[in-house]
Amino acid sequence: MKILVVTEQRQGKWNNISFETLVAAQQIAAATSGTVSAVVIGKGVGALANEVATKNVAEVLLIEHDLLERYTPDAYCVALKQVIETAKPDLVLFPHTYQVRDFAPKLAASLGKGMIGDCVGFRNEGGKLVFVRQMFQGKTAADVTFTGAAPWFVSFQSGAFRADLLGAHSGGKPPINAVSVTLNASDIRTKPLELFKEAKSAVDLTQAPLIVAIGRGIKAPENIAQAESLAKALGAEIAASRPICDEGWLPMERQIGSSGQTVAPKLYLALGISGAIQHVVGMKGSRTIVAVNKDQNAPIFEIADYGIVADIFEVMPALTEELQKAKG
Amino acid sequence: MNIIVCVKQVPAKDAPLAIAGNWIKESDIGFEMNEPDTYALEEALRLKEKHGGEVIALSMGPERVKQTIKEALAKGADRGIHIADDNFAQLDPLGSAMVLTAAIATQKCDLVLTGLQSDDHGFGQTGVLLAGLLNLPHATLIMQIEVLDGRLKLKRELEAGWFQWLECPLPAVLSIQSGINKVRYATLKGIMAAKKKEIAVVTRESLGVSIEPTQKIEKIYVPTKTKKTEFLTGTPKEAAAKLVEKLKFEARVI
Repeated sequence: MKILVVTEQRQGKWNNISFETLVAAQQIAAATSGTVSAVVIGKGVGALANEVATKNVAEVLLIEHDLLERYTPDAYCVALKQVIETAKPDLVLFPHTYQVRDFAPKLAASLGKGMIGDCVGFRNEGGKLVFVRQMFQGKTAADVTFTGAAPWFVSFQSGAFRADLLGAHSGGKPPINAVSVTLNASDIRTKPLELFKEAKSAVDLTQAPLIVAIGRGIKAPENIAQAESLAKALGAEIAASRPICDEGWLPMERQIGSSGQTVAPKLYLALGISGAIQHVVGMKGSRTIVAVNKDQNAPIFEIADYGIVADIFEVMPALTEELQKAKG
Repeated sequence: MNIIVCVKQVPAKDAPLAIAGNWIKESDIGFEMNEPDTYALEEALRLKEKHGGEVIALSMGPERVKQTIKEALAKGADRGIHIADDNFAQLDPLGSAMVLTAAIATQKCDLVLTGLQSDDHGFGQTGVLLAGLLNLPHATLIMQIEVLDGRLKLKRELEAGWFQWLECPLPAVLSIQSGINKVRYATLKGIMAAKKKEIAVVTRESLGVSIEPTQKIEKIYVPTKTKKTEFLTGTPKEAAAKLVEKLKFEARVI
């Protein structure tokens, strides 16, 4: 099986999840006696291609063009379609990033193919690849297979594979093959303008050793004071899942998850958070995770070290009191 | 500006899910409008209020989906299109997008809006696929829309707190990021007015779409745990006391 991995960079800097996807490719190649080709796409990204060539891949395909300097979905689709038609891979892998979400389904469709996105693992069942992804906000897993002919398109979720398992090349360096693509300015219909960050946030949750996070279970903004009292008793920062910030109950800078901050504190106390994938990717690296939720099937318990199945409105005051007692 | 907004009906957030093969048992549970789509609908209504035109709510699924279209009409959409399909849940993302594309192609519209992803399948591909199949420019994860002369200026969310401005000609397809606006509730007046609004019903057959699925959900199941969770039981007070003990002496984080 020939596997093509489309790596991701922005302004010459890696999106590090690219290396996780290379690990996924190496593992699938090992399970299917396949080979891995890594694609580096952009402008002036030769150094990145050299870096990938130190890894255990059969070849690196370097796609450079002036019109690929800044990402646009149109240019990426036109260029990668040509690469796929020439390289004829069986499987095309992507890291599941915001950028990949923006173009990969269209790229696959332009070749008449489907994509299984946001996968967390794979299995080789007698030569047939089964991809595992989450559904219903992480409440269920699903086994998904391709029904049509290759090439097949798959993206893997951040954290699904460990980048530190990436194998180096054992002897000699794989070739870096420049692939030229035909692109015209008229192919590109959207015009990317400046990149920016919103006003610098006053809190840096990534530096907080203890975090108390609230989710939908908090129900109303007036209830947040209870969680804040608990956070104060613990000496923790308060944070939230996306819906709470979308409602404006806490500022966006307190949001944990794929669109917010990624944290790995000593303690993460999740109150009334169900554990949707978008939230979990932002906190699953925490050393100790405690979840309080009245639904014992909430996916947050899959990653929790300690769990309390109860109403948070009963647990919050009790826990605040116990913490104050413990501190004397 | 004429806008088609795609809204999906999904199981209610707190619905207990019973697994049945490669889908869930749909009897006994409630359904609601997919939350990310409520932001797309709200954005469509705001654009209409500012720039005129009409908003068409488009949804696919069995008869119950009409309720979600009615909700959109009650909030201010002008008319609805229901693609009646009892087997919608079994379609792959490309198949769904092909059916939606055929329905959109029957309308004159300047803008197609979708939510970020659905809370059931969670494929998150529909908007981008519609753009590909309709051969229209697109942008995703949109946090702000400004209408300029015949084109849009858009604020797109990237990862880790980054954003980007971009310009996009019309007509176009946009996937809206959740949180872009504060969604309205339907008013009693809106609910009454919705009763007079039209919901056109079409089918895959009437649209002339035949689909060759590219992928299949073999089965769904409760995920296997990666961590062993120690559950602390008793009254809330007892559980809280046990937790403080654990955090102090076992995890040593306080």
